[in-house]
Amino acid sequence: MQETDNEHVFEKGEMISLLWLIPALPLAGFLVLALFGGRFTRQQVAWVGCGSVGTAAFTTALVGREFFQGFPDRESYHQTLWNWIDTSGLTVGVSWYLDALSLLMVAVITGIGFLIHLYSAEYMAGDEGYARFFAYMNLFVAAMLTLVLADNLLLLYLGWEGVGLCSYLLIGFWYREPEYGTAAEKAFIVTRIGDTAFAIGLFILFTQLKSLSIQQVQSLATEEWPVGSNLATIVAVLFLIGAVGKSAQLPLQVWLPDAMAGPTPVSALIHAATMVTAGVYLIARMHHLFALAPLVQEVIAVIGLATLLLAATSALVQQDIKRVLAYSTMSQIGYMFLALGVGAWSAALFHFLTHSCFKALLFLAAGSVIKSLHHEQNIFRMGGLRRHLPWTFWTFLIGAAAMSGIPLITSGFYSKDWILWSVWSSPLSHRWIWYGALLGAMLTGLYSFRLIFRVFFGEVRTQPTGEPGLAMRVPLVVLAFLALTVGFLEMPHTLGNVTLFSQYLSHALPTMELLPGMDESSEAREQLAVTVSALLGIGLAAILFLPGSNFSGRGADLSTGRPLVTLLQSGWGFDRLYDRVCVRPWFLLTRNPGELLDRGYEWLTVGAESCHRWMSHTQTGHVRWYATTIVVGTLVLLGLFAM
Amino acid sequence: MLSTPALVLAMMLFSLGLVGLLSRRNILYMLLSLEIMLNAASLAFIAGGARWGQVDGEIMFLFILTLAAAEVSVALGIVLQLSYRFHTLDVDAFSEMRG
Repeated sequence: MQETDNEHVFEKGEMISLLWLIPALPLAGFLVLALFGGRFTRQQVAWVGCGSVGTAAFTTALVGREFFQGFPDRESYHQTLWNWIDTSGLTVGVSWYLDALSLLMVAVITGIGFLIHLYSAEYMAGDEGYARFFAYMNLFVAAMLTLVLADNLLLLYLGWEGVGLCSYLLIGFWYREPEYGTAAEKAFIVTRIGDTAFAIGLFILFTQLKSLSIQQVQSLATEEWPVGSNLATIVAVLFLIGAVGKSAQLPLQVWLPDAMAGPTPVSALIHAATMVTAGVYLIARMHHLFALAPLVQEVIAVIGLATLLLAATSALVQQDIKRVLAYSTMSQIGYMFLALGVGAWSAALFHFLTHSCFKALLFLAAGSVIKSLHHEQNIFRMGGLRRHLPWTFWTFLIGAAAMSGIPLITSGFYSKDWILWSVWSSPLSHRWIWYGALLGAMLTGLYSFRLIFRVFFGEVRTQPTGEPGLAMRVPLVVLAFLALTVGFLEMPHTLGNVTLFSQYLSHALPTMELLPGMDESSEAREQLAVTVSALLGIGLAAILFLPGSNFSGRGADLSTGRPLVTLLQSGWGFDRLYDRVCVRPWFLLTRNPGELLDRGYEWLTVGAESCHRWMSHTQTGHVRWYATTIVVGTLVLLGLFAM
Repeated sequence: MLSTPALVLAMMLFSLGLVGLLSRRNILYMLLSLEIMLNAASLAFIAGGARWGQVDGEIMFLFILTLAAAEVSVALGIVLQLSYRFHTLDVDAFSEMRG
């Protein structure tokens, strides 16, 4: 039905029918690099790697422009390429579904993805696995685009697994270091728990509703399942576990800090801007389903809040610059989950957009720092880089400012404020959640500016080699520009009242209802609280960590081995907990009782062997003996039949 | 009817062949006994064909004839090899393959 509608609006040969090219281009790039990458020069590899994603971004712009023109007559575009699986009762097509939500995701993936590819062209220049790196990156972009453009859940799952695979390959990119390989395996196995739950959810949906198409499943579910019914809750929980695994939320968050073993552009692309937000996308995409399970929605909000506080406190005491950023990513995705949980779908996606910009920026700037310091990642061996790396400093500062939500001028302020305002005013929320989120905003300012003060101020501890080249500087500047300006797409009622973003997303996602009695004055008060808490965090960071301030000495103590600090540094000890609760019992189970079980099987082999020895006596080698047994056997059989 | 005596003859021949196969130790005699058994079976087919007036029995006889010829040519080759290797035709001497 949708297709016929679309054909009304779109004639053949229009730009929007190029939609299939968007995932196909990076895939082609991957194939070319995987097959011929070894024979290319570095320059050619970079051209293919960046070019494929760049063209995809350009195509996205063309498609998006035409898609915008279609509003409001048409809110989605559907394109079927071919039938992937066609058996009785199950028809799965390789078909794309473009609406406001997926277009936003595609724009971020290809746009920011292109900038990160460009950056990597220089960042990875000295690495021997240059072609391999770009092949994996292109494959990742293709898989991620499949994930967000998929029209049915099976294709989405293909992309979902594809990004997991690429994440594994890229975390373990420097495979000669055994611990990097372990980190890659950890990421793969932990997310696998979520993936398995997600797959089970798919099975239940399919057996109950006989469909896998995302739109169809949701309309069927809304028709057939009452709100709060058991099936809806079970499926929503299973999908939530999948989303939690992919997005590194409690309780499956342990893989993300270790995933920083990969090259820094990988962390920027996969573990900050795109893949880890796949969970957010999944929940937003399946919002009709989650609306049927209000209990699960509440759980989402609580998970988001718990993760954002846990990760923010852990980020405060990390020593590795990338681990700080990893924990901050978990924390910011926690905000997105919080927004999803209270039903503020658009706010979550807006924070996704701003977060992709400023977090990619932060990672890329951190990569620039790391590169100029010869792969030094410990912030206690950094310092005073402000003068030596001015480009990096200013862009990093903008990123940190956006992340901590400095009011009015940064995008992070507008998105975070929108989330907090939604938490304040949503009928699905509680007041204590808002207080927790406010505390998180303060902590964000604190850990962001702790990084700034440690890395860029004070005395020089490691001598940097100098600023990065053009290919790294351009993405930094563009992302810094975006990190400042993207926020102006949506401004609250009290400040300018711009609603471009929410209007745009209202074509795909429902808008949130407000509690009664929420007016502009309460919004202004709420905003003031958010602003004050962010600034408080930054001020606290200046007092504690700015070199030369009274407490800076004591601030350094934050990273010495006090029990609480050690606990925070290990991310609240979840690794150790899982080691005790899951890993070791499992190994015990496989080791000792395993031998007992083996003993049972050993009896089987002993029995079989003695039977064999006994039977082999009949094999005398005498032909006449064989002939006799045949005759006797025949007679016995004949006798049996005769009876 | 003629078929009943023919069947009795076939049975006698078959039993003779079987006893010969089981009691003889000379491999040539065992082959001879086998041939007798095959021919007994053929005779039974012929008798059956005559009894029901069908050609099937004769066709089966032709098959068995061919089979017997093929079997004998292979078996004689094996017997030749055995007498080369072991310098005897005693079948009990060929028990290399015992378990």
